[in-house]
Amino acid sequence: MEWETVIGLEIHTQLATKSKIFSGASTAYGAAANTQACAVDLGLPGVLPVLNSEAVRMAVKFGLAVGAHIAPRSVFARKNYFYPDLPKGYQISQYELPVVEKGTVSIELEDGTGKIIGVTRAHLEEDAGKSLHEDFHGMTGIDLNRAGTPLLEIVSEPDMRSAVEAVAYMKKIHTLVRYLEISDGNMQEGSFRCDANVSIRPAGETKLGTRTELKNINSFRFVERAINYEVERQIDVLESGGKVVQETRLYDANKNETRPMRSKEEAMDYRYFPDPDLLPVEILPDDIDAIRTSLPELPDARRDRFLKDYGLSTYDAGVLTASREMADYFEAVVNASGEAKLVANWVTGDLSGFLNKDNREVSDSPVSADMLAGMIQRIKDNTISGKIAKEVFEAMWNGEGSADDIIEKRGLKQITDTGAIETEIDRVIAENPQQVEQFRAGKEKLLGFFVGQVMKATQGKANPAQLNELLKKKLSG
Amino acid sequence: MHTMSIVELAAGLHQGEFSSEELTRSLLARIKNLDPQLNSLVTLAEEQAIDQARNADQRLAGGDATTLTGIPVIQKDIFCTQGVKTSCGSRMLDNFISPYDATVVEKLNQAGSVMLGKANMDEFAMGSSNETSFYGPVKNPWNPETVPGGSSGGSAAAVAARFAPFATGTDTGGSIRQPTALCGITGLKPTYGRVSRYGMIAFASSLDQAGPMTRSAEDAAIVLGAMAGFDVRDSTSIDKPVPDYRANLNDDIRGLRVGLPKQYFTEGLDSGVGDRIADAIDVYKKLGVEFVDIDLPNTHLAVPVYYVVAPAECSSNLSRFDGVRFGYRCENPKDLEDLYKRSRGEGFGAEVQRRIMIGTYALSAGYYDAYYLKSQQIRRLIRDDFVRAFEKVDVIMSPTSPTVAFKLGEKTADPVSMYLSDIDTIAVNLAGLPGMSIPAGFAHDLPVGLQIIGNYFDEARLLNVAHMYQLETDWHNRIPAGFE
Amino acid sequence: MSLDRKDVERIAHLARLAINEQDIPDYAHNLSAILELVEQMNAVDTTDVVPMAHPLDAHQRLREDEVSEQDQSSLFQSVAPQVEQGLYLVPKVIE
Repeated sequence: MEWETVIGLEIHTQLATKSKIFSGASTAYGAAANTQACAVDLGLPGVLPVLNSEAVRMAVKFGLAVGAHIAPRSVFARKNYFYPDLPKGYQISQYELPVVEKGTVSIELEDGTGKIIGVTRAHLEEDAGKSLHEDFHGMTGIDLNRAGTPLLEIVSEPDMRSAVEAVAYMKKIHTLVRYLEISDGNMQEGSFRCDANVSIRPAGETKLGTRTELKNINSFRFVERAINYEVERQIDVLESGGKVVQETRLYDANKNETRPMRSKEEAMDYRYFPDPDLLPVEILPDDIDAIRTSLPELPDARRDRFLKDYGLSTYDAGVLTASREMADYFEAVVNASGEAKLVANWVTGDLSGFLNKDNREVSDSPVSADMLAGMIQRIKDNTISGKIAKEVFEAMWNGEGSADDIIEKRGLKQITDTGAIETEIDRVIAENPQQVEQFRAGKEKLLGFFVGQVMKATQGKANPAQLNELLKKKLSG
Repeated sequence: MHTMSIVELAAGLHQGEFSSEELTRSLLARIKNLDPQLNSLVTLAEEQAIDQARNADQRLAGGDATTLTGIPVIQKDIFCTQGVKTSCGSRMLDNFISPYDATVVEKLNQAGSVMLGKANMDEFAMGSSNETSFYGPVKNPWNPETVPGGSSGGSAAAVAARFAPFATGTDTGGSIRQPTALCGITGLKPTYGRVSRYGMIAFASSLDQAGPMTRSAEDAAIVLGAMAGFDVRDSTSIDKPVPDYRANLNDDIRGLRVGLPKQYFTEGLDSGVGDRIADAIDVYKKLGVEFVDIDLPNTHLAVPVYYVVAPAECSSNLSRFDGVRFGYRCENPKDLEDLYKRSRGEGFGAEVQRRIMIGTYALSAGYYDAYYLKSQQIRRLIRDDFVRAFEKVDVIMSPTSPTVAFKLGEKTADPVSMYLSDIDTIAVNLAGLPGMSIPAGFAHDLPVGLQIIGNYFDEARLLNVAHMYQLETDWHNRIPAGFE
Repeated sequence: MSLDRKDVERIAHLARLAINEQDIPDYAHNLSAILELVEQMNAVDTTDVVPMAHPLDAHQRLREDEVSEQDQSSLFQSVAPQVEQGLYLVPKVIE
């Protein structure tokens, strides 16, 4: 039988506020255990939550960016359950009236097609602490530093039909929250995490199959693997006559498998009710307008502008706008150099390659936008060839100075003096009569051989266009 | 000195007739001597009290003292007091030394008052007789065979026994007013949001409100002024200036319109209590007050609504007591679930567990609409009754409790009969209105309380109305035998 | 609504309360009586009545995003039942 996969994602993104959502404790990552858990975060008897305005503002920003409805009145509720990383025995979250409802994002797939994915809702809530499973005499240690960190939970419609689409959606949301500067999106540190609801149904069926919820997925690669594993598992179950059980499963990246979560075995009854310690949150139209005005250019709009203004390919425009930092870098180089296409090639090519190799972000590239622009200038004015530029770029990456310094120090200036090039051509022709004869007999491939010989003699500095033209003339003459 | 009011004590302190340290030592000795009869305090903070008294004496000498500087207070043990055990009447917190001060405690400390100790109370403020305390029941100083009321029973008994000129209380469904009435003192539950709840261990967050328990309305005005005010740490506190509650105490109340809700004068009302209320009405009539019959048609639903709202909120509020970060932890838990269940099962008493279970049930899947949502809808109807009434009247009067103090053990076996003893006070909490209780004489040799209910943020008027009565009567100055 | 033994056990589990086997009938009886009291609400038609979660019709005041709390972990942990290396210890958690 042919099966259709149906996927919905719940993405939890930590908001980049300085303090927690309901307390004045710091949200900085990596502090010693429990040193950033204040009385409110610990749920000491008698403490009360007070909502962080910035968290609300960030949620509204996200809502506007996905074209969603911003609730003029939203309510915080308590989600009640017992777990040691949940100090109060309830999580403050939004239930019936979330701050953001009904938005959409578009995703682009590698085959060039696009798709609209619905965002059901996005709501504010507090993060839990962490259980540390290293052995403390057979006990578990609890660190509550993370407790109370603001989270935006972004819930999609079950609109995705493959793991690839799910990854594209997740990447899009990741790009978006970073563009909006509402989250650092750091997946290693858990700032951006995802649960996937996965079900399958016979192709053509409209009713949804029984779904499982996959927890604890913290990389794009794992989302794809976890979903693919789960889809195969569900197909196996159904095709062998079994039934998929609605349950929560944990993705184990080491074993690349999903398994039922012990702690979620019993059906949870969260007993949601409005948190009596917090009043309804009111967001006025003026507040929304002010936030709307402050929004940066968003990735889709920027990509379209790159296509139009710079004549880039769809692929290049997509890559260059995948992160705000990358797009900012690109535009800085373009502005400084007056080139676009060439810059796009360098940024998506060599720069990206070096960044990947050294595992760096563009924001801490050793080759600044100004430096790259300087090098592009030298390509443009024929001081260096594209090939020499690769050497210059690598030297800049290794901290040897600006393009001009390196060209000067290493004597890489291109030879554009026709006479000088002709001298070398004449010498090469004289030294290789056999090849000249073959070329003239029709073996035009040999042009490359002559170019190589001249380049070798000039240490690559001959202007390639001039060289080609002069060679052809001389060889045919 | 123990019979003096706050106003009189403040005058004595400011004029140097006695020091706060002398006053404090004398009351500490009095408590040690007499409280074994009543069990009204669970913790005596002797050393800290002497320190605070000495500081107060310096402040008094330095001239930057307030009316409350050097005045002793007993804090209900529901308020977190840094460095002092804060038990909330529960085994769960028997070992809990609070690492911080409640806002109310901080404010009274700043005013310079001297905390003698912590008052006994119903466990987590759940009770109407002070019999659910882990530390044993409190006895009513007017008759040790009867209850002092609850949950602020320790506070009420201590003030009635003249252990301190004032105490703090909290009122979720009558927990200030009912023990105030049963012990023959004066108490005020402010408008919801008037006093910060930060550091006050939550029972039912949308109902809880702290207030003063004193001997007179004049003293209550002083204490409320120090307790009230906006607090950035409590989102539900209201950012509204605190008036000088003493400024209007002596305003003429001629022409004041007082509503008498017929639902509070039904067959459930003890006739002795009813007679005293009638007497009080006569006193007010002589003062030129006009009485109007009013209708609060949903009054009979207040207790049912309350016993959904309060348990629902408490079931969640008390989840933090899990044996992990503070409080009681059971011996040798065999796994996580065992840790939770036994720590909570052993740490909480029966009444607390009952309310947690009722609340858990009312919020659970399939029952939420029928119980919780319904209760919130009727809560609005109850509030609307009052809103309509206050279009016609300035204040509402009723008995505070349908009976005088009942016998210890009389209602412990039947939770519902216990719940119904708060029938006259609960609606006020549901609506969030301010309410007072003042002594209005005796029935069956036990004190009777008159309840005065005001419109939102109309505490000053309540105090004025109460004070005018206390100028005409001396019930508030009566002292129980053996505590003169 | 009358609660039976199974109801009481289910609720006690949900609330994480260990209750004694012999107390269950008492709980069932008392809880049922309380529910009976509460069910007087059923007589009221509440169609179109907006639920009231708070006594005052106010809205949430927001706090500026500022770090105002300092590390007090040793003070806070002085009241904890079991801590080690700055962590609160609990019986092993199985995910």
